[in-house]
Amino acid sequence: MAQSGERVIKVTARKFTYDPDEIVFKAGEAVVLELTSADVHMGFKCPDLGLRADIFPEKQTRIPLKVDQAGRYDFYCDVFCGDDHENMTGTIVVQA
Amino acid sequence: MKVDRRDFLKLAGVGGAVFASGLYGCTTSSPKMAAQDDFMFVQLSDTHWGFQGPPNPDAKVTLPKAIQSVNALETQPDFIVFTGDLTHTTDDPHERRKRMEEFKAMIGELKVKDIRLIPGEHDASLDHGKAFQEIFGPTHYTFDHKGVHFIALDNVSDPKAFIGDEQLQWLADDLKKHSADTRIVVLAHRPLFDLAPNWDWATADGQKAIDLLMPFPHVTVFYGHIHQENHQMTGHISHHAAKSLIFPLPAPGSQPKRVPVAWDPAAPYRGLGFRNVRADAAASYPITEFPVTKA
Repeated sequence: MAQSGERVIKVTARKFTYDPDEIVFKAGEAVVLELTSADVHMGFKCPDLGLRADIFPEKQTRIPLKVDQAGRYDFYCDVFCGDDHENMTGTIVVQA
Repeated sequence: MKVDRRDFLKLAGVGGAVFASGLYGCTTSSPKMAAQDDFMFVQLSDTHWGFQGPPNPDAKVTLPKAIQSVNALETQPDFIVFTGDLTHTTDDPHERRKRMEEFKAMIGELKVKDIRLIPGEHDASLDHGKAFQEIFGPTHYTFDHKGVHFIALDNVSDPKAFIGDEQLQWLADDLKKHSADTRIVVLAHRPLFDLAPNWDWATADGQKAIDLLMPFPHVTVFYGHIHQENHQMTGHISHHAAKSLIFPLPAPGSQPKRVPVAWDPAAPYRGLGFRNVRADAAASYPITEFPVTKA
């Protein structure tokens, strides 16, 4: 849990996946995405939620998040990191 | 053997360009120059030298075959451009340079020696263009040919797909030196506009470059990256993506994942090719697409 009480969801990026690649929480729930990379500088971009962050090895990038509208929101890596970079994708699933 | 038949596909509103499928030996693939200053150039793209895998089991011979085909054109172009991803990405800096040197040696077999290269993200994103610059030279530059101003942009050395403020200022300064009626051709690797951003088919600050170019009524962009022919407009600026010489990719957004189209041994090199572009006074750039090899 984050100090303020939000649920922390840890996401690890590595060539060429996100773990987990499906991030699930409820509409209206306050969460914190805690992103890190297991190998190289990568990106995290979710255009429909206006999210964009750099992810580095041995560092945590924290994104506080609360989404009121249920739905599926795709995210992807927007920092070229090698072969198969273009398929490094995932989905934020906001449940009703 | 000379033939008369050819297929035309005219796309309304795409800068008046006319597209044709080229047939080797076809007289119409090598039209007589209508005016003294008309010329032709050939665009090849996404050769991905060094790639190995099922999407192209013939990867080691595709580029050599394309080179033979370019050399077999009835009328040789004034110059040749390669719009990036000359080599396939590797994490090993030595292997990257080895692939670039091998590519350089192979294109030395082209009859036409005026060859203009730009990097793709596979060539330049992991080392910010260092190896490319060592072996081939600048990643962005301009040149002029028979009244047309060519601008080669680098939207790949930054792994986040930015052109960057410094290069945009360079572009702005360059454009200030040219009158509004200048015919401009932009060469880029990635699309400058948002074609499919979640597939990395976009340039993060590409709109800034487009905005700088908008005051010029005669601008055409030739790019690569997406491994397929694609023609779109942003305002009056036409953008033409080229086929690759490695494997085709699916149409933008046509499926969840951007995975290569499977190799068909019954139709090898389907979806691959290069193009001949004719530059004329009307700045319409008729394009003739060619397959990798003669049928």
